Amino acid sequence: MAEHDHDHDESSHLSEVELRVRALESILVEKGYIESAALDRIVELYETKIGPHIGAQVIAKAWSDSRFRQALLEDASKAVATFAPQVGNVGDHLIAVENTPQVHNMIVCTLCSCYPTDVLGLPPTWYKSFAYRSRAVKEPRAVLADFGVALPIETEIRVWDSTAETRYLVVPMRPAGTEGWSESQLAKLVTRDSMIGAGMAKNPSEVA
Amino acid sequence: MDGVHDMGGMDGFGKVEPERNEPVFHHPWEGRVLAMSRAIGVFRAWTIDTSRYAIELMAPSFYLTRSYYEKWFVRNQNLLVERGLIDADEVAAGRALRPAKNLTRGPFALADIEKVTKRGSYSRPATAPAQFKIGDRVRTKNIHPKTHTRLPRYARGRVGVVERLHGAHIFPDSVAAGKGEDPQWLYTVRFDAQELWGADTDAKLKVSIEAFEPYLEHV
Repeated sequence: MAEHDHDHDESSHLSEVELRVRALESILVEKGYIESAALDRIVELYETKIGPHIGAQVIAKAWSDSRFRQALLEDASKAVATFAPQVGNVGDHLIAVENTPQVHNMIVCTLCSCYPTDVLGLPPTWYKSFAYRSRAVKEPRAVLADFGVALPIETEIRVWDSTAETRYLVVPMRPAGTEGWSESQLAKLVTRDSMIGAGMAKNPSEVA
Repeated sequence: MDGVHDMGGMDGFGKVEPERNEPVFHHPWEGRVLAMSRAIGVFRAWTIDTSRYAIELMAPSFYLTRSYYEKWFVRNQNLLVERGLIDADEVAAGRALRPAKNLTRGPFALADIEKVTKRGSYSRPATAPAQFKIGDRVRTKNIHPKTHTRLPRYARGRVGVVERLHGAHIFPDSVAAGKGEDPQWLYTVRFDAQELWGADTDAKLKVSIEAFEPYLEHV
């Protein structure tokens, strides 16, 4: 629900920043720069349409279809754009990097909050946190421990700092025991965090 | 600029605390700020690098203590005033006091919604051949510009290997300084963590940055 639809009684409880945000929206609407209905629609898109379920479908297809997996690793923007109409808005320079038993990939933006919004939606708070941004490039194993993830000591960790307009998507490892699963079943195993490299895909028992 | 935003490698921020079942927005006003940012973006009154630089210019104490979307809000309002799209007295009054400035690409209406869900394209034709190729050893320059740069402090003056070449892109350092797009080749440069953090660091860790050609020199 958009905030300008709230009852007037609630305005006495509004924080200072909330009041200032409302004032700026009023100015922009009164001047004719934007329509509130368009802002409502943008909020709705990010709350309901553009999120990690898109990335999960991409990963599930890569797990199921080796040609798609190869195309994804070669040019993720192209592969995702041709994959499904609902993800036709993928931007340029989306890059998929694949986890293997030898290498675990993690994505960070140390300078701000760059994130593949077209396939994952808006970033979670932890991704934008000072703790993640400062530590991911220096002590990623300790960061993974904060997520309850422990990798074998011999696994190489590869951290990608998103310092330009390229955007990275991690292809997590397909869990064991999922032979013969459909893409829609597999997509349920793919968590947002696993596509950032801060987690692993779920085990079959977690979605039974 | 050597600002507090350049956080890679800093200590003291504590544990990473993922929130279970986190909502997309924690307060409705955050959604309004995000939506206003996207809508304003369509005007092309400024670029993504200008908006990043505007946040970097905030005082460190402000940057460290205000929420993500509060910084976005302040950034939006400041840039709108700076570019003359709204006026400071209107912000103070909380309402419009004079007509809008004519926009070359506005106003933003419901029909424009598709534009905001697609990331912009920053590729541009190259103006010169690439100086480096995949597999080359390169050193990042030890530079400390006072203005916007995308070369993080932790990766300056370090030797790495060119792993990917992404074509030529708008050069953030130039565009944020108001000096035009000045397209430059963009590379992924990979470093051994020990080159970045010293011999005591995890030998099984590698870190890459996306480096524009002006950040790099031959080894």
